[in-house]
This record gives sequence, structure tokens and C-alpha cells, in this order.
Amino acid sequence: MDFIYQFISQHILMIYILSFAILLGMEVISKVPTVLHTPLMSGANAISGVVIIGAIILIRRADATDYLMLILGFLGISLAMINVVGGFAVTDRMLDMFKKKKR
Amino acid sequence: MPIIELLYLISIFLFIIGLKRLSHPDTAKKGNLMAASAMALAIVITLFYPMETTNNNYLWIVAGMLTGGSIGYIAAKRVKMTAMPEMVSLFNGLGGACSMLIAVVEFFNIEAGSSMLDGQIITILFALLVGSVSFSGSIIAWGKLNGSLRDTIVLPKPQIINLVMLLAVLTMGILILLQDGPNHSMFLILLSLCLVYGVTFVTPIGGGDMPVVISLLNSFTGIAAAIAGLIYGNNVMIVGGILVGASGTILTVLMCKAMNRSLFNVVIGGFSGSGISSGSDREQIVKEATLGDLAIQLKYSGKVMIVPGYGLAVAQAQHTCHELELSLEAEGVDVKYAIHPVAGRMPGHMNVLLAEADVPYPKLLELDDANQQLASTDVVLVIGANDVVNPSAKEDPGSPIYGMPILEVEQAGTVIVLKRSMNPGYAGIENPLFFGERTKMLFGDAKDSLHKLINEINNA
Repeated sequence: MDFIYQFISQHILMIYILSFAILLGMEVISKVPTVLHTPLMSGANAISGVVIIGAIILIRRADATDYLMLILGFLGISLAMINVVGGFAVTDRMLDMFKKKKR
Repeated sequence: MPIIELLYLISIFLFIIGLKRLSHPDTAKKGNLMAASAMALAIVITLFYPMETTNNNYLWIVAGMLTGGSIGYIAAKRVKMTAMPEMVSLFNGLGGACSMLIAVVEFFNIEAGSSMLDGQIITILFALLVGSVSFSGSIIAWGKLNGSLRDTIVLPKPQIINLVMLLAVLTMGILILLQDGPNHSMFLILLSLCLVYGVTFVTPIGGGDMPVVISLLNSFTGIAAAIAGLIYGNNVMIVGGILVGASGTILTVLMCKAMNRSLFNVVIGGFSGSGISSGSDREQIVKEATLGDLAIQLKYSGKVMIVPGYGLAVAQAQHTCHELELSLEAEGVDVKYAIHPVAGRMPGHMNVLLAEADVPYPKLLELDDANQQLASTDVVLVIGANDVVNPSAKEDPGSPIYGMPILEVEQAGTVIVLKRSMNPGYAGIENPLFFGERTKMLFGDAKDSLHKLINEINNA
């Protein structure tokens, strides 16, 4: 119990941010026409590549001779970057089609 | 560094506004660009903000970004519109893999002898769990969608296996927390358990439920990114990840609603082909349509409704379908498309495909509108759709899809079903529509059949 109490009091600001972000995410998305479900999912998927930030921090902190960590970090950045670049590019392609058709 | 936090805040704002704009047709393209620039900004800030202990290792970072960036870009440019769902699923899995790798590295960085019962370590274990489940689950979903993994791989008693796996994962996690220091081999066992859990989680979910699964895994990846953000106390990661987690969850719930099922039912139940085929084994007669008759019937109809499904995507027939629509309109026929929310393998899959073929917006009717108009429709063309027009969803309480809202095509004058064979649809459920009195079948590849049909119409 003590441990949980301590954890909450130490991280109260984080808990606030998390709660508000959840609310915000639900509000922002609540009304979406079916036409946009696929592009939206794809765009959101690209945003989830934000985990790349973590991989960058990880490498910047790593010891320059700790090759295991550097290689794992390199892999992490590559994978997340595929997610980010591929995700946004695919979404853009999908949305292009909607535009063309509206004319 | 308060200025850094402020710059991150700008990036967070751009993410939120971008996501908001992505959900409206007029602003979607700008929204996507905004979200992309938010990501670019966040990356640049992270690359250059001053840290206490840095070696920077920029060479490794740049190499990683170039490798991943070019692979992602080429994949995105080359992928066919029809293969979009599995592409998204694959991208999604890679994001999850990154969270998993971060968790692995951070766990190995924990100094020997440090206390395990710590918020930071619990966070690392959660990042590992969510990231790796999302990774291996997405890979399975990817395989299922591109056809390399068929639903024939059936796990015995999937519910029990999944429950056991979940318990094993949780037990292992708790055991690690109870050690005196970081136990690397136990951690690697946990990693393997998580990866296997992702596989057993997705494998039994088959058929018509794939859209829901992709959407669910998408929100998992978001949550994994947010948890990884907690490890570093990085607000962009936390807010960005949670935004995706929340939006993915909403989208998943929307999908489930469209199928009139609960998320619990999808994840635990699954269609799993266990075959509660309460349908009788009466000898049933299938009527085949001939091209010539069909062409004339279509030409002299007042109103034709096209119901596209995954078969249209597989056959790449969206352009041919649009040509048919144009030929018929030239004959004065009113042509509309009836779009079921879960037709295809992703929410909105059919809309994207038809948009690619330049089918105008107002021609696409959503479920309720389409059902209202079907009674006054002369001919319905079902192209590669199956479960979304299966009347047993309304009539047969024993059917696995009972209760799912469907397109009630049997109200129309004639129903023509274009299909490759009599095999049941992706969900593996028998469809009484095909034996209906006013139903005729046109067997063959959808694109091929449509081509022939257009020729007949133009020559007749």
C-alpha cells in the first residue's frame, strides 16, 4: 500500500496528463465518417511511431562502445522510422484519391 | 530546459490538431501533413536538445533514420491500394517492435542490485508486454490478410490457451519484480512469453473480425509508445501515444457496433470456424446467370445497386466496376453503391478502393440509406461480398453472425452474385442468399466477369 501511495504522490502530474490525453483522444475522434476510417487509422498508426523519440534518446545516452545497445537502438529507430514515414506517406496517398474524386 | 518543453508542447498541439483535421474529409490531407510536421519537429528537438550525459552517437541515429525512412517511403509508394490493410498492420507491428526494443535495452541498463519493486521497472515491463504483443499480433494479422496464413490454423480451445498465456505473462512479470536485482534470463523468458501471447491472441480471431483486430492492435501500439514515454518522462511520446490509443479504441468500438457484437465477444469468441452450422443440409439449388441475359436485364433496369466486398479488392476490379457504372449510366440506369461498414478487411476499405477508381462520393450509400433504397432497386450486383449480405444474420439465431446488421439485398428484384466459387466467405459461414429464389450466380474472377459484362452491355 505504502508503495502505491508513494507512487501516486510522486507521479500525480503524470497521472493528470495521461487522463486528459485519454479524454482528448476520445473527443477528437468521436465523430468520423466511415469514408475516413481507413486513412484515419493509418494516420493514427503513423503517429504511434512517436516511439522513435524514445529510441533516439536511448542512443544519445548510450556509451559509444556499447555496441549491443547501439545496434538495438539502431534497429529501434529503423523500425519506428518505417512506421512513421511509411504511415504518413500511405495516408497521404489514400487522401489524394479522395481529393481527385471531389471535383 | 523549459524552452525544450515548450517546443515539445507545440509538437503536441500539432499532433492533436492534425488528428482532429484527419477526421473531416475537407481537412484530412492538411491534418496528415500537420501530424507529419509535428513528428518532424519532435524528432529534431530530440536530436539536438542538450543532455547531461551524452555521447550523441549521431552516426547511428542518422543511419537508422535513413534506413527506416527509405524502406518506409518505398513501401508506401509501391504498395497497391488493395494491399493497404496488411501494410498498415505491418507498419503497426514495427512501431510495437520499437517499444519492445526500448524496454529490452532499458531493462538491461538497470544496475545490478537495484530494487525491483519500482515504478520505473513496472513501466518497462508494461512497455515490453504491450509492445511485443502488438508486434507479434500485427505480424500474424499481416500474414492472415495477405493470405500466407489462412484460418485453417486452428488452436484447440483458444480461450483457455489465451487465459493460460495471460496468467503466465503476469506471473512471470510479478516474479521478476520480486527478485533482488534485474534477472536477465527471466526477462528474456517474459519477452518470449509475450511474443507467443501476441500470436495466440490473434490466431484464433479469424475472418470478418480482422478489421477490428487491426484497429485494436493499432491502439495497443499507441499505448506501448505512451508507456515507453513514461520511461523517459517524455510528454510528446505520452500524449501522442495515448491519442492513438484512445482513437484506436474508439474506432474499434465503432467497428464492433457495426457488427452488433461486443469487443469481448470478438476477442474471446472469435468465429474460429467451429462451425455452428445450424443450416439444414437440404439439397439446395444454385441458379447460374448468363452474361447475355444479365447484360440486357441491367440495361433495362431503372435502378442498380452494387455491393462491393473483399473479392472486388482481390480482383483489383474497382476500375472495371466504375466502367460498368459509366456504361449503365449512359443507358440511363441509376447506379449506386451500397457500402457496409465492415465490408473488406478494414473500416472504410471499400471507400478507399472506389475513390481510387474515381467513383463520386454521393454514389456511395451507407448501410441505413442503402437498406431504405434496396426495396425499390431492380438489380443488385454483389461483387465479392458475402458475410455482409448474409440473411442468416437476421434469421438464424444459431449463426455466428446472428445480429450483425446486413445489407438486405434480398428485398431487391433480382440479386446477382459475382463470386469465384461456392466456397463460403472469409468467416467460413454458409450463405443462404446464394440459394434464394431471386438470386443468380455469376462465377469467375470479378474483374474478368465485369469486363465481359461491359462488352455485352455495349454491344447489346
